[in-house]
Amino acid sequence: MTGNEAVAFALKQIDPDVIAAYPITPQTDIVQYFSSFVADGAVKTEFVTVESEHSAMSATVGAAAAGARAMTATAANGLALMWEILYIAASNRLPIVMPVVNRALSGPINIHCDHSDTMGARDSGWIQLYSENAQEAYDNMFQALRIAEHPDVLLPVMVCLDGFIISHALENLVVNEDELVKNFIGAYKPQYPLLDVDNPVTVGPIDMYDFYFEHKRQQSEAMKNAQEVILAVAREYEQKTGRSYGLFEEYRMDDAEVAVLVMSSAAGTAKAAVDELREQGHKVGLVKLRVFRPFPHEKLAGALQHLKALAVMDRAESFSTMGGPLFNEVRSALYGAGGGPLVRDFIFGLGGRDIGVAEIVEIFKKTLETAAAGKVDEMVCYLGVRE
Amino acid sequence: MSKPIEIRWHGRGGQGAKTAALMFAEAVSAGGKFVQGFPEYGAERMGAPILAFNRISERPITIHSNVTDPEIVVVLDETLVGKAAVTDGLPPGGAIIVNTKKSPAEMKKRLGSTDVRVFTVDANQIALEALGMPIPNTPMMGALVRVSGLVPMEEFMELAEKLLYEKFRGKTNVVPGNLEAIRRAYQEVKGE
Repeated sequence: MTGNEAVAFALKQIDPDVIAAYPITPQTDIVQYFSSFVADGAVKTEFVTVESEHSAMSATVGAAAAGARAMTATAANGLALMWEILYIAASNRLPIVMPVVNRALSGPINIHCDHSDTMGARDSGWIQLYSENAQEAYDNMFQALRIAEHPDVLLPVMVCLDGFIISHALENLVVNEDELVKNFIGAYKPQYPLLDVDNPVTVGPIDMYDFYFEHKRQQSEAMKNAQEVILAVAREYEQKTGRSYGLFEEYRMDDAEVAVLVMSSAAGTAKAAVDELREQGHKVGLVKLRVFRPFPHEKLAGALQHLKALAVMDRAESFSTMGGPLFNEVRSALYGAGGGPLVRDFIFGLGGRDIGVAEIVEIFKKTLETAAAGKVDEMVCYLGVRE
Repeated sequence: MSKPIEIRWHGRGGQGAKTAALMFAEAVSAGGKFVQGFPEYGAERMGAPILAFNRISERPITIHSNVTDPEIVVVLDETLVGKAAVTDGLPPGGAIIVNTKKSPAEMKKRLGSTDVRVFTVDANQIALEALGMPIPNTPMMGALVRVSGLVPMEEFMELAEKLLYEKFRGKTNVVPGNLEAIRRAYQEVKGE
């Protein structure tokens, strides 16, 4: 299956109460495939076609507040148009799960892969899980639901997969039995549904300086709680499927002196680069970050501590003039943790520019040089750009 | 096989290079191999040159980049020869299959590449006769099965039949013609 088909199939197995979606570009074919499941009667979902992505998220928020298991899907500028409502979903503590196909935000107009869309939404209060391939996107969907709906969390979750590279690429996929999925996700019991008329509640009223801050503080606490919940859900998922997940994956890191840290599909390509360099005797490894929000700063700093040098690969520009968003989080996590590696940033692949094994080997070589020199000469590099 | 077999498809928008690459991958995966099939999307319009790729392996494939050094190239549109760099990255002994009326020897001369194996098949004519439309993607899959030897023909035909019926759920009348086109191209593809 392609990444989009895998996610659509996960949605079919989840069979949510409501999916609201905007059915044309910039939507992905996740929703197109799902609409055929609706038409075939394969799901019981109430499928609401809306007039924009802003409305898609609004309708999803409304359905979730009413007490439904509600979802939508989006990509790129569609996510940007949802912006305002992303914050409302998170602050109302609505456990919405949304697959996001990572694609560049225009302009210049571009439909291809980078992480500018979800990186822009990183402070909206959503949990973000990033997927290396179609299998991970599929597996993340079920885990995301359990994480979102956990009473200690109650936050919306984005399941991110790389546009075209994963979304439109066909790969082998191991699917779960419907029964396994049903048991794993369980029946949804909303905590304070609007439609529970015997216990009336108000959702989304004005919240002034006397309580707004406390509610934001509670969101932070929920995000903090999410880390343990993500791990607990992953353990349970592994027991049922044999496929293991964590906050991040360490690949040949035990005795590594130099490593690359990257998210999503480029991590798979980086594994081949690590193998190639290991064969040549270089002590290199890879850390693939799965969970960007909450950011697992302590555990990550622990895993990186023994390195001499680290290259962070960012598939988004932040225009801070000091590197991309992933670099800044990682470097900040290491600062004050005592010692730790020299850190460099490589911004790559914007607007879908292809990244191959050879380019990542080049990153490793530059970072090995940094380790040997004992200092960082060039903190931020733009990989393969004509300058 | 530690390194995956890599295949690159050259076509023009509308000829079905992407569909063929994905269907080929899916059919081969059903035989137990690890596969990838993916397109490089450019500006999506009829007639624009497009690429699609396959990786086939006995082991899980983690690389997610375009194929730059394929062992096999499939060219769906003869007019791309000389315009797109169809032989780029092909190693000595690599194979290129071109949809053309020309003989392999003539095509080899046009390609100007002496150390690759050139195969030709008139997929447009086959598609016209079998389907009534010059859509070369399904016959080129037949030629690829023959040249690559990655999957036995009878096994591939069974899988292709299943996949084509799924794909053309609404108009299954085109499936027998497509199967006929695959089989004919398998038989008619010529090497030097």
